Amino acid sequence: MALSGMRGLSVFISDIRNCPNKEQERLRVDKELGNIRTRFKSEKGLTHYEKKKYVWKMLYIHMLGYDVDFGHMEAVSLISAPKYPEKQVGYIVTSSLLNENHDFLRLAINTVRNDIIGRNETFQCLALTMVGNIGGREFSESLAPDVQKLLISSSCRPLVRKKAALCLLRLYRKNPDVVNIDGWADRMAQLLDERDLGVLTSSTSLLVALVSNNHEAYWSCLPKCVKILERLARNQDIPQEYTYYGIPSPWLQVKAMRALQYFPTIEDPNIRRSLFEVLQRILMGTDVVKNVNKNNASHAVLFEALALVMHLDAEKEMMSQCVALLGKFIAVREPNIRYLGLENMSRMLMVTDVHDSIKRHQAQIITSLKDPDISIRRRALDLLYGMCDVSNAKDIVEELLQYLSAADFAMREELSLKAAILAEKFAPDLSWYVDVILQLIDKAGDFVSDDIWFRVVQFVTNNEDLQPYAAAKAREYLDKPAIHETMVKVSAYLLGEYSHLLARRPGCSPKEIFSVIHEKLPTVSTTTIPILLSTYAKILMHTQPADPELQKIVWAIFNKYESCIDVEIQQRAVEYFALSKKGAALMDILAEMPKFPERQSALLKKAEDAEVDSAEQSAIKLRAQQQMSNALVVTDQRPANGAPQTVGELSLVKIPSMSGDQHASTDQGLSQANGTLTTVDPQPASVDLLGDLLGPLAIEGPPGAAVQFELNAVSGLEGVPSSADYAAIVPVGEQTNTVQLMNLLEHVLMYNAMLFKQPIGNINERFYALCLKDSGVLYEDPNIQIGIKAEWRAHQGRLVLFLGNKNTSPLVSVQALILPPVHLKIELSLVPETIPPRAQVQCPLELMNLHPSRDVAVLEFSYKFGTNMVNVKLRLPAVLNKFLQPISVSAEEFFLQWRSLSGPPLKLQEVVRGVKPLSLTEMTSLFNSFRLTVCPGLDPNPNNLVASTTFYSESTRPMLCLIRIETDPADLTQLRMTVASGDPTLTFELKEFIKEQLVSIPTASRPPAPAPPAAQPTNPAALTDPGALLAGLL
Amino acid sequence: MIQFVLLISRQGKVRLTKWYSPYTQKERSKVIRELSGVILTRGPKLCNFVEWRGHKVVYKRYASLYFCMGIDQEDNELEVLEIIHHYVEILDRYFGSVSELRPWFIVCELDLIFNFHKYNAAYYALDELLIAGELQESSKKTVARLIAAQDSLVEAAKEQASSLSNIISQATK
Repeated sequence: MALSGMRGLSVFISDIRNCPNKEQERLRVDKELGNIRTRFKSEKGLTHYEKKKYVWKMLYIHMLGYDVDFGHMEAVSLISAPKYPEKQVGYIVTSSLLNENHDFLRLAINTVRNDIIGRNETFQCLALTMVGNIGGREFSESLAPDVQKLLISSSCRPLVRKKAALCLLRLYRKNPDVVNIDGWADRMAQLLDERDLGVLTSSTSLLVALVSNNHEAYWSCLPKCVKILERLARNQDIPQEYTYYGIPSPWLQVKAMRALQYFPTIEDPNIRRSLFEVLQRILMGTDVVKNVNKNNASHAVLFEALALVMHLDAEKEMMSQCVALLGKFIAVREPNIRYLGLENMSRMLMVTDVHDSIKRHQAQIITSLKDPDISIRRRALDLLYGMCDVSNAKDIVEELLQYLSAADFAMREELSLKAAILAEKFAPDLSWYVDVILQLIDKAGDFVSDDIWFRVVQFVTNNEDLQPYAAAKAREYLDKPAIHETMVKVSAYLLGEYSHLLARRPGCSPKEIFSVIHEKLPTVSTTTIPILLSTYAKILMHTQPADPELQKIVWAIFNKYESCIDVEIQQRAVEYFALSKKGAALMDILAEMPKFPERQSALLKKAEDAEVDSAEQSAIKLRAQQQMSNALVVTDQRPANGAPQTVGELSLVKIPSMSGDQHASTDQGLSQANGTLTTVDPQPASVDLLGDLLGPLAIEGPPGAAVQFELNAVSGLEGVPSSADYAAIVPVGEQTNTVQLMNLLEHVLMYNAMLFKQPIGNINERFYALCLKDSGVLYEDPNIQIGIKAEWRAHQGRLVLFLGNKNTSPLVSVQALILPPVHLKIELSLVPETIPPRAQVQCPLELMNLHPSRDVAVLEFSYKFGTNMVNVKLRLPAVLNKFLQPISVSAEEFFLQWRSLSGPPLKLQEVVRGVKPLSLTEMTSLFNSFRLTVCPGLDPNPNNLVASTTFYSESTRPMLCLIRIETDPADLTQLRMTVASGDPTLTFELKEFIKEQLVSIPTASRPPAPAPPAAQPTNPAALTDPGALLAGLL
Repeated sequence: MIQFVLLISRQGKVRLTKWYSPYTQKERSKVIRELSGVILTRGPKLCNFVEWRGHKVVYKRYASLYFCMGIDQEDNELEVLEIIHHYVEILDRYFGSVSELRPWFIVCELDLIFNFHKYNAAYYALDELLIAGELQESSKKTVARLIAAQDSLVEAAKEQASSLSNIISQATK
C-alpha cells in the first residue's frame, strides 16, 4: 500500500488538526520535532526513503509557521538521491526551508550543477527551478554559463528552456556581470523569434530585466517586441491553449510593452507607426465585459498600454484619449479599475500637457477620498497631492482638512503632512496659510510635527503684514475650551512676539493675553513651559508703561520656577527674572526675533522620507543632509573670511571637534564676564553641526556673541535638522550683545544669499542632455527652476520655457532676452516681470531655422532676489541636430547619391584624431540619438559605419545628408569621416558638428565649476556659467 | 517581480508560502502575521490590492482561502491578479481530477489529512507556474501535463519499490 509508509505523517497532521488550541498544537509540534531530531542524530544512517518522510514533516511544520532550525542538511542531502521521488522532495523542501543566504546551500552547488548539465530532463527541471527560486550570488558565478547554454540549445525541449530563461534571470539579478553583453545581445534577439509561447514568455521576462539595466545593448530587440505585440494583437498564430478568456496571452502582451518602456524612444518611424497602431487598437478596443477574469486580463493589457503611451510621449490626441479613459475609470463601480484609474492618473501627472484635463476630474477624485476602501482613498490622496497647484490649492486643501476629522487613524499623519505641504507650496495668500495650519493643529494636533508649527512661525516672522493677523487668530483659538498642546505652543509664541500689535482690540490687553495663556499652563508638559515663560517675559517687555500688577504676577511665576527641577525651565525663570529687573535694557535684549532667511522647507524632505517607513533609513538620510549642509557652509565661508586658506578640505573637517571645545569654554567665559546668567544649552545632537559652522566665525566675532549667534546661523542653512530648528525658533536664551550680533547676522545672511544663487546641477550637463531630448530642466538655483519643452517640425520649432518660482516670496524684475545667432529667427513671447510665490509661468518661443549653422542661441535671464540681482546666460538647446529628421535609405539610393556628390565642397572628408574611443555599437547609438540613422550593412567593411538623415531649413529644401565613418580597430582614437549633402555650407557645418560630438562626448561630466569667489558677491553665477563665457565669445 | 506567495485560510492559518526574495524566518513570520491582519479584515466589495510597508499586495479570496502575492510598486496589478486566478484554475483542474471533481480548496481544507502528498501538488504547480517571481507558463494544458508527468514518475518509483519489497519479503519468508 503506497500510503502506508506515510501513515506517520497522516497521523501527525490529523493530530495537529485536532488540537483544540494553539498551546496544544505547539506541544505536539515540539514533540514531533524532538522525534525527528533524534532520528537524524541516531548513529544508524537513514535511508533516503526515511529521510524523505521526516523532511516532509518538517515542511509541514514549517508551513504551520514554526521555526525549523535543524535538518536542513538532511533536506539538502536528498538532492543527491538517485531516485526521482526523493530528489524531488529534496529540491522542494530545500527551496522552501532555506533562503539564498544559507550556508548549506553552498554544499549543494556541485550536485545541482551535475543535474543541470546531466542528460536527465526531469532532473534538469528540478535543478533549474530551485536555482531560479533561491539561487544566490555563488550560484550565479558557477552556474550562469551552463544555464545560458541550455537556454539557447537547440536540442533542449521547451520545458527545460523556459526554466533556463527564468533561472538565468535570477542569476542575472544576483550578479549582472554573469551575462556578457557583447555576445548575449544577439542571442537575446534570436530568442524573441521563438515560436513556443512558454519559452517566449520567460525570455521576455529575461529581456525586461536586461533592458532595465542597460537598454543600449539591446536595441535590436526593440522591433522584435513590437512584432510580438502585433502578432498577439492580431491573434495570429496563437494556439488556443495560450489564449486566456479569449485574449491572446495577456501576460506576454504586458511583458512586451514593459520591455519597450525601458527604451528611451523609438526612432524608426515605421516601427513607431506599427506600435501606435497596436496601442490605438488596445485603447479603443477594450470594453467592459461581464466576465471578471476577461475584464481583468484585458484591463491589465490596457493599463500597460497606457503606461507605454505615456512613456513614448505620444501625440496630444492620443494623450487626451488616455486621460479621457482614466476619467471614465475613476468613476466606475468596479473597485479595481477605480484604484488603477487613480494610480495611473498620478503617473500621468508627469506629462505636463495633460494637467488641465486631469483637473477636470477633480470633483470625482475628491469623491474617491471618501471611498469605503482605504486602498482607494490612499490613491486619491496621492493624486490630489500630485495635481495640486496654485489654481486649485484652496479647494483641495480645504477638502483634505474637512476629511481629516473623518479619516482613519492610519492615514491621518500622512494626510496632515500633505495638507501642510500643499498649503505652504501653493498658498494664494499667507493669511490663508496660517488659517490652514492652525486648523490642522486644532483638528489633528497629535499628527502635526514640530516642523509644521516652526514653519508657521518662520512665515509670520518674515512677513510683517501677517503678524497682526496671526496674533489675532492665535488669540481666537485660545478661547476654545480644550486645545491641543501644540496649539498652546504656537499661540503662546505668536502672542509673545506680536500681541502688542493687537493692543487696542477688545480682550487683547497685555493682562488679558497673559491670563488667557497662563490658564493653559497647568495643562501643558515641561517642554511647553519654557515657551510660556518666554512669552511672559516678552509680554512684560511690551507693556509700556509697565503695569506693576502684571509685573508682580509674572515675577511671582518666575520666582516659583526658579527652583524647578527641569533645568531648562529653571534657567529661563532665573534669567528672565534677572533681566526683567533691568528696565529699559530689556527692550534690546528681548527685541523681536530677526527674520529667518528663506530656505527650503524641512517638510518637503519629510514627505520624501515618509515613503520609506524604516526610521533608520531616514536617519541616515538626515545625517547625509547634515553633512552636506556643513560642507556647503564651510567652503563658502572660507574665502569670505578673507583669511588666506592653507587648510584643505580634510583639515576643515577636523575643526568641529576643536571648536566644539572652544565653544564650551567661551560659553563659560561669557557668563562670567558679562555677569549675566545667560548660557546656551543646545541639544547634544547639534553640537557638532554648530561647531562646524562656528569654526571660522568664532575667530572673527566677539567670543561671547559667537555662541549666541550660532542659533541664528543654523537657521540659515538648507536642510538643517529639526533639532537645530528647535533651537532657532524657541528662544533658548535672549541675546545680550544684540548689536554685534546683528552685524554678524548680516554677514551670514550675505553668505546665505550667495548660497541661494548657486546653480543646482551642472548647467553644461543640463544643456547637453537637452540637446538629446526635448524636455527637461535647463537651469535651476534655489530660487528658480527653468524647464523647457520643445516640439520640432521640419525647420520650425516651438519651445516653451517654464519659469518656476521656488520661493515663498515673489521674484521681481524678471527679464529674459534672447540673443539669436544669425541663422535662427526667434520670437519670445512676453515674460512677466514678477513671478508670484510658488508659481510657474510659461513663455512660448517660436523658432525658425534659416540656414545651416552650428551657432547656438543664448538666453539672458535675470531676476532680483532680495537686494541681489541674479543674472545668468544659458545656451538654448536649439542645436543643429534638432532640425534633422531620421531617414533610412536603401543601398541603391545611398550609393546613387553618394556617387553624384562627387567631391568638395559638396562632399568633404577629414581624418579626425583624438577621438574619444567608442565601440561601433556605442557610436551607433550616439548617432541615433542625434537623429542620424545608421544604416547597418550598407558598408561592406564591418569597421565602417554609414548614416543618413534629412536636414530642414528655410533656405535649403529638405536635404538628404550622407555620412560615412571609417574606424581603425587598432586605434579607436582616430577615424576618417566623409560627409556629403547638396549644400556646401550644410556639408561643412554637419561635418564640424559631428566632429565636435565625437571629440568630446556630450554626456561626459565636466569637473565641477569652482566656487565663485565671494569678493564679487554681485554676480557669482555669471562667472561659473559656461553660457556666459560663450556669450562673451559671441 | 512577485516577492512572495501566501495562501492563508479565513481563520488565519497558513496553507502555503513561497518566497522569491531572501526573507529570514523572522521576517517571514512578520509578513504573514501583519498581512493576514490587513487582508482578512477587509470587506468583500473592496479592491484586490492593499499597500503595505512599501509593498503592494494583490490578493483574492476563493471560498475560505486567501491567495496573496506581494509585488513591486511598479508591477502591473491586474496581471498578477490573473496569475492568481490562473493558478487556481490549474489547481482546480488537478484536484478535480484526483478527488471526484471537488473544488481543490475543499480538498485542501478537509482532505489534507489523507492527501498530504497530493496537496503538495500545490507546490509543484506553483513551481511550474512561477520561477524567480516571474510567470513561466501561461498554458494550463502544459502545466497540467507536466504535473501529471511528475505524478507518474513518483508512482512508477513506488511500484518499483513495492515490487522490490515484495520480492524481498518473499525471499526472506
